[in-house]
Amino acid sequence: MNLVEYRRAARAWLQDNAPSDDHPETGAVTRAKDFMARLHDAGYSGITWPRRWGGQGLTEAEERAFAAEARDYSLPTYVFSIGLGMTGPTILDRGTDAQRERFLRPLLRGEEIWCQLFSELGAGSDVAALQTRAVRDGDHWVVNGQKVWTSVAHHADWGLLLARTDVEVPKHKGLTMFVVDMHHPGVTVRPLKDMSGRANFNEVFFDDVTIPDEHRVGEVDDGWSVAVTTLLHERLSISSGVGMGGQKDNPAALEALRTMVDTSDPYVRDQLVELHIRSRALALFNQRLAQETEAGVFPGARGSAAKLLLAELTLFQADLATRLVGPEAVLADHPLSRLIATAPGMALGGGTNEIMRNIVGDRVLGLPPEPRVDKNVPFKDLKVGTQA
Amino acid sequence: MKLVLSPEQRELREAVRGFLRGASPLPKVREGYDPQVYARLNGELGLSGLIIPEEYGGAGAGMAELAVALEETGAALLPGPFLATAFAAIATTLVPDKELLTGIAEGRVTATLDETEVLFDGTSARGTLPRVLSGMEADVLVAPARTGDGLVMVCVELAAPGVRRDPLDTLDLTRGQAKVVLDGAPGRALGPAPESGIADRLCVALAAEQLGVMRAALDAIVAYAKIRVAFGRYIGSYQGVKHKLADMHGKLEQAESIVRYAAWAADESPGELPGAAALAQAYVGRACFEVARDHLLLYGGVGYTWEHDAHLFYKRAKADEVLLGPPRIHRARLADLLEL
Repeated sequence: MNLVEYRRAARAWLQDNAPSDDHPETGAVTRAKDFMARLHDAGYSGITWPRRWGGQGLTEAEERAFAAEARDYSLPTYVFSIGLGMTGPTILDRGTDAQRERFLRPLLRGEEIWCQLFSELGAGSDVAALQTRAVRDGDHWVVNGQKVWTSVAHHADWGLLLARTDVEVPKHKGLTMFVVDMHHPGVTVRPLKDMSGRANFNEVFFDDVTIPDEHRVGEVDDGWSVAVTTLLHERLSISSGVGMGGQKDNPAALEALRTMVDTSDPYVRDQLVELHIRSRALALFNQRLAQETEAGVFPGARGSAAKLLLAELTLFQADLATRLVGPEAVLADHPLSRLIATAPGMALGGGTNEIMRNIVGDRVLGLPPEPRVDKNVPFKDLKVGTQA
Repeated sequence: MKLVLSPEQRELREAVRGFLRGASPLPKVREGYDPQVYARLNGELGLSGLIIPEEYGGAGAGMAELAVALEETGAALLPGPFLATAFAAIATTLVPDKELLTGIAEGRVTATLDETEVLFDGTSARGTLPRVLSGMEADVLVAPARTGDGLVMVCVELAAPGVRRDPLDTLDLTRGQAKVVLDGAPGRALGPAPESGIADRLCVALAAEQLGVMRAALDAIVAYAKIRVAFGRYIGSYQGVKHKLADMHGKLEQAESIVRYAAWAADESPGELPGAAALAQAYVGRACFEVARDHLLLYGGVGYTWEHDAHLFYKRAKADEVLLGPPRIHRARLADLLEL
């Protein structure tokens, strides 16, 4: 089948099979699992993953063709996004064959949901400063600690956990990666409300949770290099989605906003023009990155510039829209009131704007790194988190 | 829509870049226009004929290729009438009498374009054009004229009798303007002025130059931030500097995307051209000045000196930002096109 036929077949399948809603509410997870199973049966789950592990063994070209067709739909794959975008690829890259055999096919078929357990309250941008401990006990590890900002943990069957296994060495050198059973006694998931009042992520507590050593990913104390693999996949999955959709239903996008404001006012007109200029500038940048990717030039750290610009546009847009609309914009039932409350999220999740600027400065522009005071200090002697 | 360069366009870029590195390095631009460099630019690279149809001796390429060339001449702050001649060539390709293009393509004739309407009686032109780009260097002026047959484009030999040219002192030291007074200057009608297309293509061409100016300014300050030390550290390691440079990089990425899009629209999608052209000037013109300004500031005091090159970029960026009118007109155009 050539690419044109492939794409035509994908379009036809989506027309017949794509459901209309994407809300992971009660019952929705069951529907999402059903959908994933059908997606896998139809051959559109794990398109580039090896056939041996449940994938389709095809190329990026087929994956992009399917993604292009799927862009018009709101597929209920949200609860699987961490697994498909980050933890699955990590197991694929760094796991053992036994782990690949055990975990990848159920993920691709939607039978199991995954979350990622890296960040802690004292270790966000500086995630290698994390304090959750894993202590070896024979052929098991015993985990104690706390994770935060964990998306879909309340639905998850498995988590990819980064924990500290040696405090005597500098922080990057004493970490190990594990797969943890989220149904294990001692794992407590507590929804964490964000500033908009919704609970899209969680806190996760570990009290004497045991993990068999065969669920360790990579070597002992080599977890940081595994985490770098995961974070690379995370950045790629965020930046590849950046600016692609979302504007259709955005109440602060120009098309929606123009119906709510007085466009005969010259100030309003010029501000809407500013919104148009910024939105187009970023959309075209993202399209250019996508075209470069198709031509085999991978954006790498330049994706961080796109993510930074999206965060700034999101903040600008929600702020502008509420100012132009006026008093009713802050009533809870107005769509803009939720938008202004969620706008800061894009500038924080997946790396803050400051971290993005560091990445662009260091890796795109090749600027000298900041001096590191923590590089050679054993973790037990290091200041971490919030300390007076 | 095509936003990435083809292998041929990348080759063109390398050829122009390599040529300008040798023939017009930055220390030379203060000496002003060098006709020999211009002649070689056209003789060795054929740049003046890039967008001129093959039947008039040109390469028959599109705005996408012209944009690649202008980006490099902009980055080099190339003095002289290259942009002005490109403007005139753009206008002349859109009128019935294209004879002028032959001389431009051969590199024999430099030209400029002005939007000031002159009076034309069929053989001679009258009028005062207060600010003509590269007016002292150009051989030929192309301008609109109001006649009994409506608005036509005319061309006037600037060395002919009946033409007075006075050089203007301008902010931009690397490219001049002149006041041109036509008092019965012999002229030739090129045919009716097209209703649209010229101004939009000028916006795209200028944006390509601006992209080059901002890229060169950013490259220069990034290079400096890697070697300049303060308080025992390279200044590029400070977040106060690094983060500003990262933001400037974001502007450059978006500006390049818009320039590629607008050039593609000029070549392939006329319906999108007006919006793309206005977007190009509204975004790239501003971004270019902001990057040039911030690059100057990040040098510290040395960037404020006459000897340093930073002000050359700053001044070119400002001159370019207002070259096609106050920037608000591009924003007003967008508002109209968006039917706001």
